[in-house]
Amino acid sequence: MSQLDAPRTQSAYRQQEESIELSHLPGPEGDAPDQELLTLNMGPHHPATHGVLRLLVTLEGEVVRDLKPIIGYVHTGIEKTAEDKPYWKVIPVVERMDYLAYFTNAMAFCGATETLLDIEVPKRAQYLRVIHMELNRIVSHLVWLGTSALDVGAMSMLWYSFREKETILDLFEYSTGQRMHTRYFQVGGVIEDIPAGWTDKVLEFCKIMPGRVDQYGALLNKNEILLQRLRNVCALDEQTLVELGVTGPLLRAAGNPWDLRKAMPYSSYEDFDFQVPIGVNGDNYDRFAVRMQEMKESVKIIEQAVAMLPEGPTMVDDRKIALPPRHELATSMEALIHHFKLVTEGFRVPPGEVYFPVEGPRGEYGCFVRSDGSSKPARVHMRDPSFVNLQATAAMVKDSYIADLIATLAMMDPVLGGIDR
Amino acid sequence: MPDATGLELLAGELSDAEPESVLGTLHFRGQATILADPRHIRAILQRLREQGYQHLMSVHGVDYFPEEPRLGVVYELLDRVRRDRLRVKLRLHTSAPHVASVTPDWPTANHQEREVYDMFGVEFDGHPDLRRILMPEDYEGHPQRRDFPIGGEPVLFTKDAPIGSDYTP
Repeated sequence: MSQLDAPRTQSAYRQQEESIELSHLPGPEGDAPDQELLTLNMGPHHPATHGVLRLLVTLEGEVVRDLKPIIGYVHTGIEKTAEDKPYWKVIPVVERMDYLAYFTNAMAFCGATETLLDIEVPKRAQYLRVIHMELNRIVSHLVWLGTSALDVGAMSMLWYSFREKETILDLFEYSTGQRMHTRYFQVGGVIEDIPAGWTDKVLEFCKIMPGRVDQYGALLNKNEILLQRLRNVCALDEQTLVELGVTGPLLRAAGNPWDLRKAMPYSSYEDFDFQVPIGVNGDNYDRFAVRMQEMKESVKIIEQAVAMLPEGPTMVDDRKIALPPRHELATSMEALIHHFKLVTEGFRVPPGEVYFPVEGPRGEYGCFVRSDGSSKPARVHMRDPSFVNLQATAAMVKDSYIADLIATLAMMDPVLGGIDR
Repeated sequence: MPDATGLELLAGELSDAEPESVLGTLHFRGQATILADPRHIRAILQRLREQGYQHLMSVHGVDYFPEEPRLGVVYELLDRVRRDRLRVKLRLHTSAPHVASVTPDWPTANHQEREVYDMFGVEFDGHPDLRRILMPEDYEGHPQRRDFPIGGEPVLFTKDAPIGSDYTP
């Protein structure tokens, strides 16, 4: 980094350009007024908003003075839909909230339901969940990296990051049958054990991935344009971020090492040795750098989880929750009855309310589930980090250029499916 | 989570400091809940903030239809030093669903209170900008209430409408 910090000699053209004193240039009719405000509507269909986000921006010249996010364009009532479905059918709709963090969403919901049921998930299922959630984190960060690099003008980055993303999606297809929204996590474990040879492919991927992250770094960290657009741009201090409820890489970039995987472990995260990358300045560059390092840390967790993957069942053996094995259906009357009841009605959950938070790619995903004792949840609420983090946009971009607004939005990584639910 | 005894002690301290502010406690599956009086919610959350619960992670609504008081507002508090969580809950009647906004104390509650207002019709007094957030501004009703039907949305089929008509129903 040191060669970048060294003072640079300016070209003759730049010297001439900077010597012009704009303030002394007269306007068309005397001095131009500098107090005029312009309200600009950005979105909802702007490619740089990463979805259908509308921003009402108040500009003074090129400088953002105020910003109001207007959301709800992809509100699909998932929380309402969930109230009308048995618990096991809620998993696929919950996965579609934040569509880049489907395993995290499923984990939050399944974890909440398991807490209500008071069941312990088998160790092997917990490890398989960890492997999938960390792969999911890498996918999410890769999509963020590609699209946000595109926003600040680095086009080729998208193709490189999507190459690795496709590799992971192939792994998901191999283990779960689906590339996205897999419904792999079930209440009580995971639906099926991983196929033979899958862990070898995962380890193969883990071997190349840290090198690939270095390659991305080599491509972007030495890019003058990217650095100028990210460094010391739209920084926000830790205290303001905390007050606004911001979590995840955005908060860690400002130096607060809060990570639920470390602080309040769930699903056996306490078994793994990994580090929590944090930033110093809390500017856009730190937000970028923290996520880059997180991908490497995720690889470390996956490698450990594969190495230590215990043998055993992948689902609780409570037949009132878990589906009976397929081969028993032809021979066991009780298995057939339970299968029928579980598929048609679903299992019943004791009445109560729980909140289950997990650390996703964007921060704290907390699922609040209220059960009234029936087989359908009486209330499902997802505390989505994108929704809460979005409130920090105005604070971040106030008094900076409109071009920096685009870069900041890219580095915030909001997912509108999660914001609107 | 504070254990059952710790929760009782905390609730005792709160009701000593703010008389009649705590209506009850609940310890379920290792998670602690304080049932608060809606009139004292800001004071209770401030007291808990002094106790170390400095982060308001989530505000969400619940509808306890057909029980009364029907509407619930839930505040999820977090203490990052002791790594501890606490839930504060209040119940409101649908006839007068008013409660003081906590946005002046916790800026993070801004969008979340707007969502509760939008979905359940709870009005947060003192909120700087209480508008609908997810549903359209001219929408009628509060869709997350339990008596709001799924699929109750009128749909305008425009397939056979003559070209050039403005599709007004």
